[in-house]
Amino acid sequence: MRSTVNSPPRAAVVVFPGSNREGDVARALRQASGVPPAIVWHDDRALPEGTDLVVLPGGFSYGDYLRCGAIAARARIMDAVSAHAARGGLVLGICNGFQILCEAGLLPGVLMRNAGRRFLCRMQHLRVENDATPFSRGYSRGQVIKVAIAHGEGNYTIDAEGLAALERSGRVAFRYCDAAGAVGGRANPNGSVNEIAGVYNEAFNVLGLMPHPENLVDPLVGGIDGRAMFRALAAAS
Amino acid sequence: MKARVIVTLKSGVLDPQGKAIEGALRSLGVRGIASVRQGKVFDLEIDAEDRHEVDRKLAEACEKLLANTIVEDYAIDRE
Repeated sequence: MRSTVNSPPRAAVVVFPGSNREGDVARALRQASGVPPAIVWHDDRALPEGTDLVVLPGGFSYGDYLRCGAIAARARIMDAVSAHAARGGLVLGICNGFQILCEAGLLPGVLMRNAGRRFLCRMQHLRVENDATPFSRGYSRGQVIKVAIAHGEGNYTIDAEGLAALERSGRVAFRYCDAAGAVGGRANPNGSVNEIAGVYNEAFNVLGLMPHPENLVDPLVGGIDGRAMFRALAAAS
Repeated sequence: MKARVIVTLKSGVLDPQGKAIEGALRSLGVRGIASVRQGKVFDLEIDAEDRHEVDRKLAEACEKLLANTIVEDYAIDRE
């Protein structure tokens, strides 16, 4: 993959028809690494040579037709994304990107309609559950961070066996919580099982999360708690 | 050959949209409806005549795209 040890990882952001957070992600990646990411079109067959990190951004790919992320998960570029993940390459799916990764089978479970039926667009606290991955090394376990959420279908659901496996293996990345870090009750915005806001695959090289860390990288918009993720990724080899 | 695929949420899976429709029917004064579950209907025309071939194609379409079998069931109704 990377040829020079000290060069920042090469990132690629995949754009589907209806993606709308690709600019936000590109800004966060560039801020952290100094290098703008490649922008890859959904109909491309290959990722740019030497790609280390693939980001599937938020939005409403294909108008959320059929199920959120269902059509994008079958787009031509996804074969290359799956192959990249199978090689151990890093993949980050945010919001609609998380839905796409679940639909593509790269992450377990599914994102259902919010239990309260409303589209949620506001700040939300998260508790960092695992601080030992290429995505989360900039945080500490139990740390409470504040990021934005903006989704109508973020209600994470998985069967009991799959849930037990996630919990047992430390694959829950973030949980919804209140400002003090307490989980449960009203701190859960969308009904997600076990307050799950993001999960890793078995090899911890694929992360999907509903919240938007890429929108909290500038004090101008109310916080910088998202920076640590992009800095960790910029430092990841 | 024509076929209809009906996709429904598995029992036990929360259906907020069905609940909202249930509430709307109640507020409209439509009595006696105990519960509503929302699903999807797909009408397909299949480019094959052999029934086994049609069944195979339909099952493939359902498994690969039309239903997310983690939370949804599908039923196939063909001519």
